[in-house]
Amino acid sequence: MMRLPVFRYLAPKSSAEAVRMLSTEGPTAAVVAGGTDLYPNMKRRQVSVRTLVSLRRLAALRGAQAGPDGAWRIGAGTSLMALERDRRLAAERPALHAAVKSISTPVLRTMGTIGGNVLLDTRCNYYDQNFEWRRAVNHCLKCTGDTCWTAPGSDRCWAVNSSDSVPVLIAMGAVARLEGPAGVREVPVESLYRDDGIAWLTKAKDELLTELVLPPPDGWRSHYGKLRRRGTFDFPVLGVATALRLDGDRVAEARIVLNGVGSAPLRAKEAEAFVVGKRVDAETAKQAGELAFKPAKPLDNTDFENAWRKKMVKVYVRDGLLAAARA
Amino acid sequence: MTEPARESASPAKKKARAPRKAKAPARPRKVTTTLRVNGEDHEVAFLPHKTLLEVLREDLGLTGTKHGCELGECGTCTVVVDGEPMLSCLLLAVECDGREITTVEGLSTAQGPHPLQRAFADLNAAQCGYCTPGFLCASKALLDRDPSPSRDTIREELAGNLCRCTGYGKIYEAVERAAAVMRGEPVPPVPGIDPASPTGEVARGC
Repeated sequence: MMRLPVFRYLAPKSSAEAVRMLSTEGPTAAVVAGGTDLYPNMKRRQVSVRTLVSLRRLAALRGAQAGPDGAWRIGAGTSLMALERDRRLAAERPALHAAVKSISTPVLRTMGTIGGNVLLDTRCNYYDQNFEWRRAVNHCLKCTGDTCWTAPGSDRCWAVNSSDSVPVLIAMGAVARLEGPAGVREVPVESLYRDDGIAWLTKAKDELLTELVLPPPDGWRSHYGKLRRRGTFDFPVLGVATALRLDGDRVAEARIVLNGVGSAPLRAKEAEAFVVGKRVDAETAKQAGELAFKPAKPLDNTDFENAWRKKMVKVYVRDGLLAAARA
Repeated sequence: MTEPARESASPAKKKARAPRKAKAPARPRKVTTTLRVNGEDHEVAFLPHKTLLEVLREDLGLTGTKHGCELGECGTCTVVVDGEPMLSCLLLAVECDGREITTVEGLSTAQGPHPLQRAFADLNAAQCGYCTPGFLCASKALLDRDPSPSRDTIREELAGNLCRCTGYGKIYEAVERAAAVMRGEPVPPVPGIDPASPTGEVARGC
């Protein structure tokens, strides 16, 4: 049996109180909303949490509203299932809706929140194991060890960002609203991440993600493609978000975001620049896929062989561009 | 929404360290709360780090809900909370006060088993039976929300519950049969099953 370790449980009544608690409790405090990512990690003793700050009483963090201009404000505590059942979101932001619907399983989407998916812990075959398994390999760099077993010669951790919502939010130019002791700040979702499996977030420990803001669509159309072994449960071993703004039949602007291939989501900038000014036909999409293939460097620390995952980048970018152009 | 503290060695300090365990707060104190389970209020005292699964089984004696992976990867501990399926292994019991919890024990009534239980039994939708309480609870939440789900909807909604014996076909059929019964529609008889028996007892010839 895997029991949760003992912790102190706090349930603040406002986000300001939550921030105060996080500041006071220090780095061994953890925020929990749905718990579907944190509790398994706590049960496997991957993280050490002395104080749990639960957001269950913060009703203000729940709910998603669309403005008259088509901009969306999504509370970080909104459950993934609530977003999945939001027909307006499905109609107006189908790529985000598809990404949310592809996360894990219905029962976990009922419990998990969009904020939790945005701040999802990085994952690795050498890290997401129980304590005994990890002890047998003398632990890894991300958790008490001194070697990254994915790349033993490396001095960094290569655990992978496996969020489905993040690449789409970046492709849509979404902004994250963070509440901290010094006040509120809004940063692009893209700047929340760092290419480091251990310190994968730029957010301070005592900052609370309260809201995600999607700018008005302004002609952007997008698509999300996900590669995984099973049609349910599995995290993406490759997630590709493509967003295009067309001027007539030619691309005015493009964003291509890869996830599951590094510790941070990756912009395929060369491929983005390549498609600008062109019609998205089969040949353009294929060549863009080749360009996105280069910067993607998946390592052997998730499901499937890494060389094949890298090859799939070409296919998913090509198909994603064609699908976004049709969206 | 998690950003937990880590016990990680920084790359700069490359030396082996024994895993440092969190210092537990001195003598953790139990919390007392009222849990509403299967229509009854239970005043129960437990440590705040206990999951709903542990409290149901260990403090309330409701062992119908099963321990599976305890990590959200199998669905066998599914219960219904406020009409929605939830994994009791990933839910703190302390967060369940004021919520309506239904476990597999709460499905049947004085009139007999729930149509889902009856259909699962009639169609042999269980083999080893370990996943069955989770399937029943997830299916109940589905049928309460959608009385006429398509096969694809059933498949999708039950995608978080693993069964390693049946291959799922019988489970889907049982959910469809129960849905028909709940809608008041006639269902074909199952050979060897006495439809008049309130418990769905199998008429064994021996």
